Amino acid sequence: MATVTAPSVPRHGILARPVAPTGVWSWLTTVDAKRIGILYGSTAFVFFLVGGIEALLMRTQLIQPSSTLVGPGAFNALFTMHGTTMIFLVVMPLSAAFFNYIVPLQIGARDVAFPRLNAFSYWVFLAGAILMHLGFFLGTVPDMGWFAYANLTSPAFSPSRGVDFWVVGLQVLGVASMAAGLNFLVTIIQLRAPGMSLMRMPLFTWVTLVTSILIVLAFPVITVALIELMFDRLFGTNFFNAPASGNPILWQHLFWVFAHPEVYILILPAMGIVSEIVPVFSRKPLFGYPFMVYAVVSIAFLSFTVWAHHMFTTGLGPIATSFFTASTMLIAVPTGVKIFNWISTVHGGSLSLKPPALFALGFVAMFTIGGLSGVMHAAPPVDTQQQDTYFIVAHLHYVLFGGSIFGLFGGIYYWLPKVTGRLLHEGLGKLHFWLMFIGFNLTFGPQHFLGVDGMPRRVFTYSPEMGWGFWNLVSTIGAYVLGVATLVFIINAIKTLRSGDRAGDDPRDGRTLEWSTSSPPAHYNFATIPTVHSRDAFWVQKHPDFGAHDLPAGAGATALSAADIPTHGNPGDGHEHDHGAIHLPDPSYWPLAAGLGIFVAGSGILFFLPLLPVGLFVLVVSVYGWSLEPVNG
Amino acid sequence: MAQAVAPRVHVEEHPTSTGLNTRKVLMWAFLASDCMFFGSLIGTYLVYRGRTLISPTPIEIFDIPYTSVSAFALLMSSLAMVLALAAIQRGDIRGLKIWLLTTAGLGLVFVGGQIYEFTTFGHEGLNLSSSIFGSTFFVLTGFHGAHVSLGIAWLLSLFVLAWRGQMSQARSLDVEIAGLYWHFVDIVWIIIFTVVYLIPI
Repeated sequence: MATVTAPSVPRHGILARPVAPTGVWSWLTTVDAKRIGILYGSTAFVFFLVGGIEALLMRTQLIQPSSTLVGPGAFNALFTMHGTTMIFLVVMPLSAAFFNYIVPLQIGARDVAFPRLNAFSYWVFLAGAILMHLGFFLGTVPDMGWFAYANLTSPAFSPSRGVDFWVVGLQVLGVASMAAGLNFLVTIIQLRAPGMSLMRMPLFTWVTLVTSILIVLAFPVITVALIELMFDRLFGTNFFNAPASGNPILWQHLFWVFAHPEVYILILPAMGIVSEIVPVFSRKPLFGYPFMVYAVVSIAFLSFTVWAHHMFTTGLGPIATSFFTASTMLIAVPTGVKIFNWISTVHGGSLSLKPPALFALGFVAMFTIGGLSGVMHAAPPVDTQQQDTYFIVAHLHYVLFGGSIFGLFGGIYYWLPKVTGRLLHEGLGKLHFWLMFIGFNLTFGPQHFLGVDGMPRRVFTYSPEMGWGFWNLVSTIGAYVLGVATLVFIINAIKTLRSGDRAGDDPRDGRTLEWSTSSPPAHYNFATIPTVHSRDAFWVQKHPDFGAHDLPAGAGATALSAADIPTHGNPGDGHEHDHGAIHLPDPSYWPLAAGLGIFVAGSGILFFLPLLPVGLFVLVVSVYGWSLEPVNG
Repeated sequence: MAQAVAPRVHVEEHPTSTGLNTRKVLMWAFLASDCMFFGSLIGTYLVYRGRTLISPTPIEIFDIPYTSVSAFALLMSSLAMVLALAAIQRGDIRGLKIWLLTTAGLGLVFVGGQIYEFTTFGHEGLNLSSSIFGSTFFVLTGFHGAHVSLGIAWLLSLFVLAWRGQMSQARSLDVEIAGLYWHFVDIVWIIIFTVVYLIPI
């Protein structure tokens, strides 16, 4: 046992902490939330393209009756992976990208509460994404639909390993989501700048908090469901095996107890983004801020009480059916409150229809349609009629594409200037929006008609005499317009990164603290932690004469101009104010190593069982290395 | 044992919005999620409770006095955990070492009892695939046992740190957080023991 003398740098870690400020290793070992946000965002965009190509293949197959482009087996794999990818590998990580980049800035913090746990979340997410896609290289792609109903997943009906890739991949993704959810929950509770009470938090921070709570409470349920499914497949348990007294319906309950909150995990971040964009581009404070907050919280609470509206056709009995009908109608109320608040924020404001505002307003319109077609399913007779038809496909895309994806693209146009320091091209942005808006409605609008006309979802083809050819053709044309829209966005992004106009620190006359930093922000975010005196802290600081009645004269957040700060946050730079010197944790190898351990363990379950203990060993070593390494040094 | 300097000369104690310690809030949030985890497993057990006609059934196989003894050991370990925390909070590292070891030891008694029980049940023909009772019983109690084992590893790690002279009064929070986890796992067992063993079908 070495005796360490006090002044020397303690070296208790197995590995010294990495120090490279640039290069591949700096990204692999980063614990900076902003860099992790960029990693999340880029990975999610790659998977957006993958999921989009899967969708285009399906739409191409359905362009005309009796098409033979894609066989039934491949079609099953396509819709399974399209759904899984878009939910777990696109919308969630894209939201996580904004949580990482924006939330610490909005609350006036230098990083998240647990920076290494944050890096761990990303690496485990990547491990899960790769594990889930490994089946593509072995010809065993998951093909039982993204909600993997029992018996379809039993060894008898899914003898290939496809289901296992899905189970293990999703389990690993769950670990990543849990770690991120816990981290952001604690970050927002604990690391708010002085004066930022809960009711002064920006709405996006609020939805991050509530989404994190949903993740923390909902993911354990799918974890248990996946454990039971995995044990059924690998160790011969009988959880969903009807001949041995198992009940396949239990899977549906466990799955939807998770998956309905998950729906709100997908939509709330977009709602938060829209709640940031609409006030800034209307040049008005958000209308009814407290009601927006209460609506978010009630939606989160109610989201745990509505799961069985996905299961009306299983025959729940009159009491359960009535309960879930009532709760489903109830959850539409806070959702409606939000829509009216956004509209009221625009009302009387001076609206500037720049791309972020277009996407935000597109969100409000499309989400309203999706919400209305959704609340219809609260009525069991309607639900029974529309179960498993294209009407459901239309509905869910109006909320998840017209809702989440429009909102997230709005967020990209709104915040990318903060991340890159460059403004996205406005003309191309508008072109992107209108192509996407038209393409989206062409694709999914007609699916309402197809659904009411009885076209079932998840069929790889249909015969000409059904009369579904025309609207399917329209829908496929719409899908290609969406593809073109995405190409326009890619061109815009590349153009912007190469030669976009300089954004400046505050191109939108923003209201919240992220706009008070340089673009991009210094790695320590704030040289001095700001003090917050009201809602819309940065706006009030810039315009002290507007609506700052509770603000003492000259008491705006101080020392916010980070431009004249030295570019490296050495402790003791003369910023030793109330909150101490700038003190950020160094990068670390351990989150990556732990993620690798989980990846190897997961591959062990899928390919070669002896790899499982190897992976777990790497994980255990990493956890010890992680806990014993000093914060700096 | 050499008097080594504590590895974290300054424990990171930034002021927080709530005044609570951040790692402690993390543990509470994790325990909330673990409630949902065990809630789902116990829910599954309850759904399938009494559905098995294939022998061995619960009433044939449970040895309640035996399991009560190991449950008692686990309950007593919570007392030892409290004493371990009290010891480090007053700077009594020797007491900390004794009580950490006692806690982990009682936990080991419980896990050992569970391994013996599982083996016995196996010999009597109950396993993961023999019936829905076997599936639900082993998965529920097995995951609880895994939680206890993880806790034992954590407590022994703290013991090793204390033994190497790296624990001091300033690090009592490390023990407190491990204690939160330990007490939670203990409480979960009270529920599982009641639901699975005590309430007759």
